[in-house]
Amino acid sequence: MPETETQQQRLSYEQGSATGQPSAKVPFESWGRYPTYDATLIPLHWQSDFPAVVRGTHNGVLPVGLGRSYGDVCLLKGGNLLPTPGMSRLISFDPETGLLTAETGISLAQILDFAVPRGFFLPVTPGTKYVTLGGAIANDIHGKNHHVAGTFGRHVTQFELVRSDGTVLRCSPTENAEFYAMTIGGLGLTGFIRWATLRLKPIVSRKIDYEGIQFHGIDEFLSLTEASKEIEYTVSWVDCTSTGRNFCRGVFMQGDHSTKRDELKPSPEPKLVFPFDAPGFLLNHLSVAAFNTVFFHKQMGKRQVALQDYEPFFYPLDKVLHWNRMYGKSGLLQFQYVIPWNNAREGTVAILKEVAKSGLASFLAVLKAFGDVPSPGVMSFPRPGITLALDFPIKPGRSFPLFERLADMTLEFGGRLYPAKDAAMTAAQFQAFYPEWQQLARFRDPLITSSFWERVTGEQPSL
Amino acid sequence: MSHNNSTFPRKILVLGATSGIAEATCRIWAAQGASLFLVARNTDKLAAVAADLRTRGANFVDTAVADLDDTDRHPALLAHAVNSLQGLDIAYLAHGVLGDQAQAEQDFNTAAHILHTNLMAPVSLVTWLANFFVQRHAGTIAVLSSVAGDRGRKSNYVYGSSKAGLSAFLAGLRNRIDREGVTVLTVKPGPTKTAMTAGMKGSEKFADVNAVAKSIVAAIDKRVDNLYVPFQWQPIMFVIRHIPERVFKKLNL
Ligand SMILES: Cc1cc2nc3c(=O)[nH]c(=O)nc-3n(C[C@H](O)[C@H](O)[C@H](O)COP(=O)(O)OP(=O)(O)OC[C@H]3O[C@@H](n4cnc5c(N)ncnc54)[C@H](O)[C@@H]3O)c2cc1C
Repeated sequence: MPETETQQQRLSYEQGSATGQPSAKVPFESWGRYPTYDATLIPLHWQSDFPAVVRGTHNGVLPVGLGRSYGDVCLLKGGNLLPTPGMSRLISFDPETGLLTAETGISLAQILDFAVPRGFFLPVTPGTKYVTLGGAIANDIHGKNHHVAGTFGRHVTQFELVRSDGTVLRCSPTENAEFYAMTIGGLGLTGFIRWATLRLKPIVSRKIDYEGIQFHGIDEFLSLTEASKEIEYTVSWVDCTSTGRNFCRGVFMQGDHSTKRDELKPSPEPKLVFPFDAPGFLLNHLSVAAFNTVFFHKQMGKRQVALQDYEPFFYPLDKVLHWNRMYGKSGLLQFQYVIPWNNAREGTVAILKEVAKSGLASFLAVLKAFGDVPSPGVMSFPRPGITLALDFPIKPGRSFPLFERLADMTLEFGGRLYPAKDAAMTAAQFQAFYPEWQQLARFRDPLITSSFWERVTGEQPSL
Repeated sequence: MSHNNSTFPRKILVLGATSGIAEATCRIWAAQGASLFLVARNTDKLAAVAADLRTRGANFVDTAVADLDDTDRHPALLAHAVNSLQGLDIAYLAHGVLGDQAQAEQDFNTAAHILHTNLMAPVSLVTWLANFFVQRHAGTIAVLSSVAGDRGRKSNYVYGSSKAGLSAFLAGLRNRIDREGVTVLTVKPGPTKTAMTAGMKGSEKFADVNAVAKSIVAAIDKRVDNLYVPFQWQPIMFVIRHIPERVFKKLNL
């Protein structure tokens, strides 16, 4: 009875929840705040909402999580975005196996709030906990433990994929295996991931046995990487503004979950909200160089050992919600590559030199070695080698020529870029990085598309 | 006073359990190990909410599918809930409709429907619940009203009047049964951030639904009478209530 359905939707308390009705077109921005496109928002609340809400829509749809991708994989210019965070229910949890089944709009922060007091942790986590389970699968995210744990998708034992025509596919390595492989890292294009099962891992403490080590130059970084193979989490921060004697100096950070039993309380809520769009001058080359110098020397002495809570270890920036506003209205963009081992050293040096030469500030440069644990995802970004992630505030006329140069260099070194962090690569570059894209095109849901996909495939824009 | 440490899990009845604020509130209670009886209209949605709360640690969850507009069935429904929970500590009313103001301006039946769902149905439920609790000299009735009931505005006066009636009813009832050891909490939430506003510019200014839920749980624990959430609505509504009608009717609210 359709009448009951509308009443049911309106039953939702008016301030408490959406009505399931589409909004007028509103500007929707991703984490980089570039680009910003108008789209119609049709939030999802219930498992039955997809594909029901798709009926009668035009110009394509795209599920979106918390919009923590930097570029346009979570945007659809002129189309319909389906935000999932209203679908954050748990479905089941088995404390014996650590298997958690949940709707995919749940955030990793919400999963941690549930799991940590029960003695469990995420198998893989990115540098922010404000991403959804669905977003983590669709971008097949990686963390500081990639060299031992592989990508997020490896720990997703099954999920339900719903196509816009109503087909429901239970996917696992053995069931609908092709859809499983295309959806992990499939950029949201294969269908709506309705729920998923994630294998959590046991912990006995919130604490991380942390060690920070200063390094000078890429070779010191590589030997630290080699020496830390057995350590679960490793990542480095590099000062990419320095040249000459200080070129490629940084701090190598490593850690393991503490094995000393400790109280497992949930995290306190974040308090600070970055309150305004910072004017551009706050973030010029000089201020970033100064910040980098301070950061480098904050690491007192060559080595620093500490027992640290997992929050500052994994999510140093989450304490300030909306820190992206620090980059001002024009936004920021990350540039993240992976270059395979045979060219990793040479490529990284060349690209860091090009960045330093450009004088375009990068606040955070993160360097890490990816391991060789394969991902189940066909389109998954990580490959064995070195990955570098750089933040650039967007400067009209200057940033994009640099991005294009850096992408070409990445290609020459046999590497590839990370779509989750991109709004700049050309269709030719993407197709060279990801020859598997044609396979994804075959598995794509005909009604689902993204501004990213239209840009890198040259497909007809949805507008 | 916090009940978290009491030996027995608290027994809570939630009417309109699939609404956003109710669901967020129930998650807090579930994590505290409460026993919950959930009522809503849609079977699948109710089942999803119940599974979530069980997984989050609720001691016991039972459900009933019911249309709360049907006041004749209230006594049976409430008795069933009390029976299933084997007692009752808190009754939480979170159902309501926003309704279509434009249509209600033209059509009495639409207006009557809004008033029925938001005012008559709660009056029916609360009357039963109040008498149940009075007999036991204990219990809390918590009801979601709205800041919209504090003053009639042209943009939503039908909804607003249903909430105004509800707030006045609850205030009078509180007056009657407070001395019997029964608490009546009127909650007036302001705009709350939900998935609908996710990613929209300016939506950060709305209240977080989990923060709203947390305030409600705390207010119940502290036996508060009236709660504006977020609390800033209290001074704002104070001002709005005191704008002279002469001025107010010229404003575009
Ligand atoms: C501070 C910061 C640090 C980060 N660190 C890392 C890192 O260390 N490693 C890393 O890999 N990434 C990192 N990222 C990127 C981030 O992890 C990914 O972009 C992640 O996918 C964002 O999740 P989201 O929920 O915000 O998804 P969105 O950005 O909203 O969407 C991402 C994609 O998921 C799709 N999608 C979302 N939900 C569903 C669903 N239910 N069904 C189908 N498709 C869906 C969307 O269509 C889109 O293609 C970082 C981002 C930030 C802001």
